[in-house]
Amino acid sequence: MARTNDIILRTTTTLIAFILFGFSIYLFLAGHNAPGGGFIGGLMTSAAIVLMYMAYGFRAMQKVLPVSFRYFVPAGLLIAVGTGIGSFVFDQPFLSHTYGYFHLPVLGKTELATALLFDLGVYITVIGVTMTIILTIADDIDEE
Amino acid sequence: MSNLAALPIILPLLAGIVLAFFHKRIKLVRIVSQVTAVINLIVVAVIFWKVHTGGSIILETGDWTAPYGIILVADILSITLVLTTNIVAVACVFYAPRTLSESQESFYFYSFFFLLITGVSGAFITGDLFNLFVFFEVLLMASYGLIVLGNGKVQLRESIKYVLINLFSSMLFVTTISFLYSVVGTVNMAQIAQRVHEVDQKGILTTIALLLFFVFATKAAVFPLYYWLPRPYSVPNPVVSALFGALLTKVGVYSILRVFTLIFVKDISATHTLFIYLAALTMIFGVVGALSTNNIKLIIAYNIIPAVGFMLMGIGIFTKVSISGTIYYLIHDMVIKGVLFMLVGAIAYAAGTSDLRKMGGLIHHYPVQGWFFFIASLVLAGIPPFSGFIGKLLLLQGALAEEQIMIVGAALVSSLLILLSMIRIFIQGFWGEEKELAKPERKKTAAKMAWPIGLLLSISVLLGVGAEWFYPSVESIADYLMNPQIYIDSVLKE
Repeated sequence: MARTNDIILRTTTTLIAFILFGFSIYLFLAGHNAPGGGFIGGLMTSAAIVLMYMAYGFRAMQKVLPVSFRYFVPAGLLIAVGTGIGSFVFDQPFLSHTYGYFHLPVLGKTELATALLFDLGVYITVIGVTMTIILTIADDIDEE
Repeated sequence: MSNLAALPIILPLLAGIVLAFFHKRIKLVRIVSQVTAVINLIVVAVIFWKVHTGGSIILETGDWTAPYGIILVADILSITLVLTTNIVAVACVFYAPRTLSESQESFYFYSFFFLLITGVSGAFITGDLFNLFVFFEVLLMASYGLIVLGNGKVQLRESIKYVLINLFSSMLFVTTISFLYSVVGTVNMAQIAQRVHEVDQKGILTTIALLLFFVFATKAAVFPLYYWLPRPYSVPNPVVSALFGALLTKVGVYSILRVFTLIFVKDISATHTLFIYLAALTMIFGVVGALSTNNIKLIIAYNIIPAVGFMLMGIGIFTKVSISGTIYYLIHDMVIKGVLFMLVGAIAYAAGTSDLRKMGGLIHHYPVQGWFFFIASLVLAGIPPFSGFIGKLLLLQGALAEEQIMIVGAALVSSLLILLSMIRIFIQGFWGEEKELAKPERKKTAAKMAWPIGLLLSISVLLGVGAEWFYPSVESIADYLMNPQIYIDSVLKE
């Protein structure tokens, strides 16, 4: 089959993918006080990446994002477990979380909680799992 | 420090995660996993000692007080089982490199292995019913990964059955928890127990108890829910079979033991009487299965089922003696099933087949394995100096004291038949004329397989010979289980 010219798909993808990325990061950060969190944020980010894979194909994407998503899974888990173990250092029970108020340059007074780090672990793990599943299944077709 | 209660879960979890980063470098992975398994065993032994001398360690995770947060309870029962789990794990981790191919090892075997240990330890230690479900899933997910590892055609077929039945029972587990939550309004086991005791376990609660039993009985392979077990357990790699046979069904038995000594104890006539009948049927049907086949791996897999029957029998009779029999048998069975699966793995490797009719005369080339197998058979069947005997003796004493003659008969007959099924392997496999199939050139690897087995077997023998040392602590566990108020008070701090 001759390759079709999918310029409309590619152009819109560049635009939509960035909006998706932005929205997923918003969801990830909003999790504490509004619907959202690491899980849905991670799914949304992987949706953006999958969209880019669909528009540009396997080889082009591996040049743009030269990472192995397989390693995202243990990395995310390590961050999540790490925040749990962090409480050992301060002689608190496992998985204790803490928070504080900080003055950040643009945002002003902000509440920062260590639960965000745990969520970051979830976020990375979800991206890793979703992308590994999709890409390993897609890989078989690519080889034919 | 109460954080000790979380260490048996965190250490294998961390090991599993870290090993996934460099899964291709097999030599490094082996060393790291062997070292962590041994360290983990030492840590658990220390915690065991602390619990033994100073009482339960209770960890309120995230610093939330008992009924509101998840609690981890390292009491004398759970930490004993975690210790046994880790002993089996150490033997398996040293046995694994000899039986797995390099490609299997590099495809995350050790990560799955440690996640399985995490799930099993977590299920033993948690004090929260929903968290128990989560740890069940952790160990099941890891077991799905392990059962298909190597991707043979048979493995694929059996893993589909295995995944389907476990998915179904997990769904039922969640449904049952939601029923229970809607009735008592909590998932903390101590608080559930308190509330169930307050209303004397009326109507609906007994129904929920039976539903929960159905879930755990599926995981533990009790009659009539055992049909899924034998084949999926006999097809994967021997080390995976050993892990499954030693740990997975025992988590189901532990859950039955915990739930029906802590929570649902007010209406014994409905639930516990049923257990006795099911236990008798489990023993008979399991052992009939073991006699029906000539595949040595399948014989051992079928032998898991009567053992579950024995443990259930103790819970059903529900006296102090019979509960201590159950605990003794549980610990003994975890160790000996690990030994047996590893042994038949080594035997099948040496003979090049797992069909009993094609074997013969293996003792000429493999005397060590032969005598190991002979001792292991005697341990399993319950011949006096060994550990199977003590557990069965306690169970039978408990049954006779309660005048449950039917179950005594079933237990004795099935013990005899277990011995028959095991000795059949010994006689046909090790005695007689040498057959062409016995491959002496595999001697070296088989010899390397022998020493982790010997280590585990010696622990099993010690459990029987040194019964005088172990019995007092088993009895104190039974005492503790017969008084659920101690657990409730220690968790809710009243």
